[in-house]
Amino acid sequence: MSGERKPVPRVRVPKTAKAGEVIEIKTLISHAMESGQRRDGAGKPIPRKILNKFTAAFEGKTFFEADWHPAISANPYQAFFFKVEKAGEFTFTWKDDDGSTYENKQKIAIG
Amino acid sequence: MNFATQSRRDVLKAGSLAALAAVLAPQMGFAQASAVEAELKKLFADKKMGEGKITLDLPQIAENGLVVPVGVTIESPMNAGDYVKAVHVFADGNPLPGVVSFKFSPEAGKASANTRMRLAKTQNIICVAEMSNGALFSAKQEVKVTIGGCGG
Repeated sequence: MSGERKPVPRVRVPKTAKAGEVIEIKTLISHAMESGQRRDGAGKPIPRKILNKFTAAFEGKTFFEADWHPAISANPYQAFFFKVEKAGEFTFTWKDDDGSTYENKQKIAIG
Repeated sequence: MNFATQSRRDVLKAGSLAALAAVLAPQMGFAQASAVEAELKKLFADKKMGEGKITLDLPQIAENGLVVPVGVTIESPMNAGDYVKAVHVFADGNPLPGVVSFKFSPEAGKASANTRMRLAKTQNIICVAEMSNGALFSAKQEVKVTIGGCGG
């Protein structure tokens, strides 16, 4: 098995939106999402290691969360919506089974 | 043949994995419809679930069970007084019944989300939406899987 690399998030948020507009946000992060259901060549179970929680917040307030179970595919994709009322900053957070968290921030302007 | 989930877990706990694998190889590791039911009971007791409001976006046939797109959209005004609190997705033919739980706040503007899941074989996807007033809605759809996403 190849060595582990640090997960890299990729997020697509529009640069601008009209006040009151509902925008779609798309996210992707590199991660093996080891389900804990597989066995290695010697028949030993491979321990579970997944990203178990994704959180999206705007100006510090959470508006969307996803609790991911082992059935979520490798390199998990997550798309969702947000109603833009003002300019500000999004914070996206992924939580790993091993306690690590990965973060990505994106700004949006009204225009 | 019908092996109850309960006794299977007990056996697993006892640690006789190898013997079990030999006996139960075809069945082992797959949740049954009853596992989803048990999970629903745990979350919602025996609360009644309505129909409608939920649109599932699933392929009828998934060629690759490792990556199956799954989308849910719930009809809701998404304002402070009336919004979708949470949406839970289950799969009744996977080793574990849970797939994902989404939590929304009214600021999301639209109770809709898309992700990608693994499906071990052809099975039903069950979705339950929890509204801010406590009402529950459910929907179910079958996905046929050509190559299962449960490789070793």
